[in-house]
Formats: sequence, C-alpha cells, structure tokens
Amino acid sequence: MNWTLILPELALALSGLAALVAGVLPRRDTSFAINMAVLGGLLLAGVLVLAQPEGVAFGGQYVSDAFTRFVKLLVVAGAGLGLLVALDWNAKEGLAKFEYPLLLLFSTLGMMVMISANDLIALYMGLELLSLSLYVIAAFNRDSERSAESGLKYFVLGSLASGLLLYGSSLIYGFSGSTNFDRIADAVGAASGAPFGLVIGLVFVLAALAFKVSAVPFHMWTPDVYEGAPTPVTAFFASAPKVAAIALLARVAAGPFGDLVAQWQQVIILASLGSMILGALAAIGQKNIKRLMAYSSIGHVGYALMGLAVGSELGLRGLLLYIAIYLFTNVGAFAVLVAMRRKGRALEGVDDLAGLGKTDPAMALAMTLFMLSMAGIPPLAGFFGKLYVFLAAVQGGYWVLAVVGVLTSAISAYYYLRVIKVMYFDSGDALDPRPTSLSVVLAGTGLFTIFFFLFPAPFLAAAQAAVNALVG
Amino acid sequence: MAMRMATGMTTITAGGTTEMLTIGLGHYLTVSAILFVLGVFGIFMNRKNVIVILMAIELILLSVNLNLVAFSSALQDLTGQVFTLFVLTVAAAEAAIGLAIVVIYFRNRGSIEVEDISTLKG
Repeated sequence: MNWTLILPELALALSGLAALVAGVLPRRDTSFAINMAVLGGLLLAGVLVLAQPEGVAFGGQYVSDAFTRFVKLLVVAGAGLGLLVALDWNAKEGLAKFEYPLLLLFSTLGMMVMISANDLIALYMGLELLSLSLYVIAAFNRDSERSAESGLKYFVLGSLASGLLLYGSSLIYGFSGSTNFDRIADAVGAASGAPFGLVIGLVFVLAALAFKVSAVPFHMWTPDVYEGAPTPVTAFFASAPKVAAIALLARVAAGPFGDLVAQWQQVIILASLGSMILGALAAIGQKNIKRLMAYSSIGHVGYALMGLAVGSELGLRGLLLYIAIYLFTNVGAFAVLVAMRRKGRALEGVDDLAGLGKTDPAMALAMTLFMLSMAGIPPLAGFFGKLYVFLAAVQGGYWVLAVVGVLTSAISAYYYLRVIKVMYFDSGDALDPRPTSLSVVLAGTGLFTIFFFLFPAPFLAAAQAAVNALVG
Repeated sequence: MAMRMATGMTTITAGGTTEMLTIGLGHYLTVSAILFVLGVFGIFMNRKNVIVILMAIELILLSVNLNLVAFSSALQDLTGQVFTLFVLTVAAAEAAIGLAIVVIYFRNRGSIEVEDISTLKG
C-alpha cells in the first residue's frame, strides 16, 4: 500500500488537528496565529500536491493523477484566497475566532478527498466532510438572524442532496456489485448492457451533484444562502467548493459512467441550458449584490457544464479551464464586496458601490476588470474560458448550447455593466480604506484576469494532461 | 456471512391455513424506497417544525442503510455493511450539526416554525 500518495491530505489533516489543540488550550486570543498556521498548512498541502506521485492507493479507494492535481491546486488556492479575504472582515465583525480557519481547512480536506476518491465510500466521506464544515461556516455569524437562517436552509437542502447521493450510491452498489469506480465502469460497460438499476442510481447521484454545484433545477438554495451568509463565507462558497463539485461531477460522469454517456448527456445539457438562462435573467432585477453574484454563479455553472454536456475531450478541457478562470475572477470580485464598508458598517447593495470610480479608482478598476471578464469581454481571462467551451460545443455540433451560451452572455453583460455604470457614473461617499490583505488579493486576481491571454499555454497544457488522465 | 437473505421466512395465518412467504431482496428494496419517499416528502410537505425535517433526513439515511445492508446480504459482499457503518457515523455528526444550527436559529428568532424561515427571499 502506497500511503505516501495521501501526503497532502495527511499534512492538511495533521496541521488542522494541531491547530485545533492550539486553539483550545491557551486562554489568550490565538485567532491570528491560527489563521497564519492554516495558511501555512494550505501552502504546504499545495507544494505536496505539486510533488505528488501518480498512482492508486488504499485498495483502489484513492487515486492521484494529473486531473486530481489540477483540481486540488485550484481548490487549495481558492481556500487560501478565501482565508485572506476573511481575515480583516472577521476582525471587524467580531468573528475573529480560531474555528473559522479550521473549518475552512477541514472543508478543503474534504474537497481533496472527494476529488481523489475512486470509490463511492471515499467520495461520500469527502463530500460530507466538506458539507458539514460548510453548514457551520454559513451560520458562523451566529448572532445574526440571516446567517443562522442561511445555515439552516443550507443544512436542510444539503442534507437532502446527501441523501439523494447515498440512495443513488446504494443502487449503484447493488446493481454493479461494488463501490469501486473501476468495477462500476466494468459493470457499466458490460456487453449485455448496463442494468437498469444502475441508470436509476446514476440519475440520483447526478441530481445530488447538481445540487452541490447549484445547477438548475437544483439551484433554489443558492441565492438565499449566498445572501445570508457572511460575505467572506459567500466568497468561499462561490469559489473552491463549487470548483471542486464541478470537477467531481465531471469525474463521476466521464469516469465510471463514461459508457453511459447517452444517458447522462441529456440531463447535463438540460441543466446547462437552464443554468445559463436562469443565471442571465434572474440576476437582472437584483439589488443585493451578493444575490446578484449568486445568480451569476449559477450562470457560470451552466457554462462550465456545457463542456461536460458536449462529452468530448475538448469539452472537458474547456470545463477545467473555465473553472480555473472562474475561481480567480470570482474571488477577486468578492474581495471588492468584502471591502464594501462605510463607517464600519458592511454594505451589500449594488447602489453602495456608487462613486467608487472617484473615491477608490484602483478598486473600481479591479472590479471593472472582474465584471468585464465575467461578461466574457476579450482580452480578459473570462473570454478565453467561454471561448474554449463554446468552441467545443460548436465542434461537437451542439449548436443550441453554443447559441444559447452566446445569447445569455450578452444578456448577463447587462447586469455586469450596470455594476460598472454605478461605480463610475453615480455619486456616493467614500468607502472605508481597504485593508492590505484585500489589496493583495485584488492585485493578484486582477493581474491574472488581465494577463491570462499572454500565457494561456501552461494552463492549456495542464488542463489537457488532466483530461487525458480522466478519460484515460 | 452465514445468513442468506432468501432464508428469512415468515408465517402468515389466514383462515386456519398457514402459508409460507419468502422475504427476498425485492421486499427490502420496496420498504426502503417507501421510507426514502416518506423522508423526501417529510422535508417538502412539512409546514410545521424544523425538528420534523431533521427526522425526515434521518429517515432518508436509514432507508439508504436498509438498502445497503439488503444488497450486501444478497451480493454476499461486506462492502455494503462497511458503507452502512460509515453512513451511521456521518448521520450522527450531521444530526449534531443540524441541531446546533437549529439552536442558534431559535436564539435569534424565538421560533422554529418552518413558515417563519423566510427572511431571505427574492
């Protein structure tokens, strides 16, 4: 048994447990030290992922390949940025408790386990470690009615999704005779055709994963949870866990169920179309910018799923690039939302951005970049994300997907441009000075968004290697 | 693994005659499917209390356990029972977290009526 394969997870788990002990033992406030320790742990995990050998461990339960490496690096980066974004906010809101970085760390551990899972049991355990941590941080501001309600809603609907996943898993186990992905793939590809129970199980699992990525028609929890949760928590929700869940969906569909592509393709196409259309239309009337970003993220899930719906290697490569670009753009945009604070009070209205173009030109410029990138304006990063999935759709002959994608991009440009218009053409008071940690995040993600077009090759190569590993 | 599903027998006495009925995999799956549907309906049709929703979630997880154990026995394979043990432990953690969230919600609102959970909408 090659246990060295799980070194990144091991390092993360051990640093989490150590930080847990350190947080409980002394009386004085250790929040900042633990934040830094967790950042260090994430950094260490990232380095270990880079150095991780490929292979299968634990009786085929755990797999490490180019695909897991690509997604894990994204997830670790997303979690690190999520923690940086939260530092100052938590201190100002009186939420600077050591549990926050720890919950973030354990949810990251859960994501890494589920990405590397090659077995339904490992997948379930990873997904639950992720979900349980997320329920708690959604309700992290426990004196706020809205945060508690958001946690409660997320818990109830998330548990239902877990139940669907489990029921599907049990059917898959029963009709394929194993929980191992490779055995399931054998049963799916059997000459006599896949048993009907297996298809039903697959539908349940797909529904559950659609819940986790908040694809239409399982999106209804997203706007409420995103609006109610504290802003840095929303920033985290919309980045790392979403990217991990989309990658997991791609892995389950294209891996063990690759031979059932005719069965799941229709479902994914419908989810993709529905998400793109709803994301574009429902965000138009929103006044709360967190709610707007929630609908925007539903739309982005639709574009990412288009890559999976096409069912080709080109499409999967587009999906991976899309989620990578989405992750950084999204964290950047949310860093601006976290910085929205006037006289110490946090703000959430789109109108509260008014006058930012005059009072803080640098941040307004960054926000403009993120909004244009999300709308898909060249030469920003978001344009290339969309370009690769649309290209795959056109080459596969899925014209409806491509046309709806372009149309919904045009519609969604309306509300992204509205944010820019509010910043530059409306007048408003200055926001409180933004903290250094947010400036760092803004600068990093902003530079990525502008200069992606200069160096897309390494990303393309990494995504291509990941797809080769996935399709095998 | 000595126990086999098909050997589970029950006797039904009706009008003085005794019939033998074998309980097979299909029966277990049917019961489990009914429990699952009850659980899902319990979440969506319930308009009273959040605690009932927590119970409905437990019902869903238990139906899955029944499914897994039945399959495990029918397939003569222990993986399903191992899976069940994992599900049981996670269900306990999930219930603990759910109740904790319900407690902080109650502290803020003074009520856990399902119809009151509507501050966030639009």
